[in-house]
Amino acid sequence: MLKVEGLCASVEGKAILKGLTLDIGPGEVHAIMGPNGSGKSTFGHVLSGRPGYEVTAGSALLDGKDLFDLETEERAQSGLFLAFQYPVEIPGVSNMEFLKASVDAVRAAQGLEPYDNVGFMKRAREACTAVNLSHDFLKRGVNEGFSGGEKKRNELMQMMLLEPKLAILDETDSGLDIDALQVVAAGVNAMRSPDRSFIVVTHYQRLLDYIEPDFVHVLAGGKIVRSGGKELALELESKGYAWLEGAA
Amino acid sequence: MANEHINAVIEREYTPGFTTNIESDTLPPGLDESVIRTISARKDEPEWLLEWRLAAYQKWQAMSPPAWAKVHYPEIDPNSISYYSAPKSMADKPKSLDEVDPELLATYEKLGIPLHEQAMLAGVAVDAVFDSVSVATTFRENLAEAGVIFCSISEAAREYPELVRKYLGSVVPVTDNYYAALNSAVYSDGSFVYIPKGVRCPMELSTYFRINESKTGQFERTLIIADEASHVSYLEGCTAPMRDENQLHAAVVELIALDDAEIKYSTVQNWYPGDAEGKGGIYNFVTKRGVAHHRAKISWTQVETGSAVTWKYPSCVLKGDDSIGEFYSVALTHNHQQADTGTKMIHLGRNTKSTIISKGISAGQSSNAYRGLVRMSPRAHGARNYTQCDSLLIGDRCAAHTFPYIESKQPSAVIEHEATTSKVSDDQLYLCQQRGIDPEKAVSMIVNGFCKEVFKELPMEFAMEAGKLLEVSLEGSVG
Ligand SMILES: Nc1ncnc2c1ncn2[C@@H]1O[C@H](COP(=O)(O)OP(=O)(O)OP(=O)(O)O)[C@@H](O)[C@H]1O
Ligand SMILES: [Mg+2]
Repeated sequence: MLKVEGLCASVEGKAILKGLTLDIGPGEVHAIMGPNGSGKSTFGHVLSGRPGYEVTAGSALLDGKDLFDLETEERAQSGLFLAFQYPVEIPGVSNMEFLKASVDAVRAAQGLEPYDNVGFMKRAREACTAVNLSHDFLKRGVNEGFSGGEKKRNELMQMMLLEPKLAILDETDSGLDIDALQVVAAGVNAMRSPDRSFIVVTHYQRLLDYIEPDFVHVLAGGKIVRSGGKELALELESKGYAWLEGAA
Repeated sequence: MANEHINAVIEREYTPGFTTNIESDTLPPGLDESVIRTISARKDEPEWLLEWRLAAYQKWQAMSPPAWAKVHYPEIDPNSISYYSAPKSMADKPKSLDEVDPELLATYEKLGIPLHEQAMLAGVAVDAVFDSVSVATTFRENLAEAGVIFCSISEAAREYPELVRKYLGSVVPVTDNYYAALNSAVYSDGSFVYIPKGVRCPMELSTYFRINESKTGQFERTLIIADEASHVSYLEGCTAPMRDENQLHAAVVELIALDDAEIKYSTVQNWYPGDAEGKGGIYNFVTKRGVAHHRAKISWTQVETGSAVTWKYPSCVLKGDDSIGEFYSVALTHNHQQADTGTKMIHLGRNTKSTIISKGISAGQSSNAYRGLVRMSPRAHGARNYTQCDSLLIGDRCAAHTFPYIESKQPSAVIEHEATTSKVSDDQLYLCQQRGIDPEKAVSMIVNGFCKEVFKELPMEFAMEAGKLLEVSLEGSVG
């Protein structure tokens, strides 16, 4: 599904990713953990094509397609979804309008008809219910005045509507209360399927109790320094990162 | 990086920029008394109107163009302009659409304003003004049944001289400003509306202004009289071909809302803005003002996307007690466009109320200024004004300015003012792109969201148009 090899990237001239290699098969869930500032969010942004993030070496293929040949919006249209660690606000644009434009654009790129307004409204409401957000959130400006946890749930709601091939969830569990954590985990689990893969970036082993990963990786100093099964997360929980070679 | 991203491509498509090839009867450039006499004669005007024009011309000669606005343009030589141009085929005043030159009809068709009634937007009557003459006014019979008069102002001067004589220049005095005086001397055509007492106009009325000839100015004049307890909604639209030269458009619009009447006046202005380097485009110097008598209401809504330079302050004189004035504005400037626009709310009566919502959007290297005056006279007990001025910047080479003036001579009057400036941020665009939305669509979505409060004031048929217009106007504002 996703094949990343020797990826090096810099932001404002500063090298952040330094030879990252990762292979994700269809239907797999990979957890990425690692110290603050190690490059986890940067990895997500480089894959999704954030302006200003420069790839200096390496490659990333999504279903055989070279991501770095595509514009940011084309990567999204090819099925790449990034749930932001810090979702931004777009005042004045309603969540509903934003979602419709987004889903229409992605579907159009895939040669699918746009949903009619009524049908779409229904789906959007269902997605809200699934992440335990009141339907009023559809009428509010995108993330405008949302609490931290509401923003995260809003990201997840978008993922549900967009049905991506590869979803990168960047600390979607941070700032969630215990109930919300379970709601989010249930949402992700419901979306798991043999042809959808996930990268789950988290600092907490707890999330992985709810979303069982197939693999756990430690990203430190801009590359993967350790990979293992879900037991690696437990080990990290008790020992921290200091014992790992190359960890900052 | 990010701003480079936003500003990378600056080019826009101006679809109404075509030229109609027809034979025109155009006066040579230059202005003197004989030009004014010729215009008046072509229009078979009554003697008093010619006298009125000549008096305005006298006064104008002693005046100079206003210099206080935040706009820069080379001095305009009034003698380089032709003051009258009309399609030759209009010389024998066609009596019906069937007699109108098909070329002219095709022009409006191409602009999306079919003049054949069966093809038209239901419920909208149109007066189509081409250069200096009105080509056709539709649905006149239907309107006449309701007692509504809707015709060109030239025709009104012949057919309804008492009304025209009583109200022409009554709201915008001839000497109000340089351009108003010039307009009074040379105005060519425009629309005239009279709504009788107690009548609710059964249709939207609209005028579509088109400049076609080169080296001509358009000096239109609109007069709308809403008699007691009547109601009318009026919309104007405007376009011009793309030309390298700058063309002058100096209009005067006067509204009279008698006791308990309501006038809603909407403008979608899309004159040619000039090219990406700032060459060509219309100078849009317009004086618009309405007088509201007791309990009357005047509401201006404008969507200004075109013109190289815009200088325009649709205003309300709230003369009667309990009268209401409103101003809703979206002004978008791109490339090298300059806009200095806003309103004046003159509170004379007691308990008068006014609302000002202004949304300025600047992109490219443009400059966008809001200039507004709220004046509370000593008599204006209990008067209120609320002003909200928001600016949205796209990229970092454009500018937004706000000049609110407040004069209050009545201590019980309440004046509130709010202002914000925001920017379409790179992070917002990135979020949209990450969700599959291309940056241009993203900008137009953000801009439309920003303008929502104003768009909802437009008649329904035109709100959609306005949204699309912004989309076209912003084309190329994002790389
Ligand atoms: N625009 C920028 N300019 C300079 N440095 C940057 C920029 N963006 C990110 N960085 C740096 O890149 C490094 C990696 O940041 P990144 O956000 O990827 O870390 P992270 O692993 O997601 O950390 P956290 O766990 O705190 O979310 C950090 O040292 C950060 O300061
Ligand atoms: Mg991070």
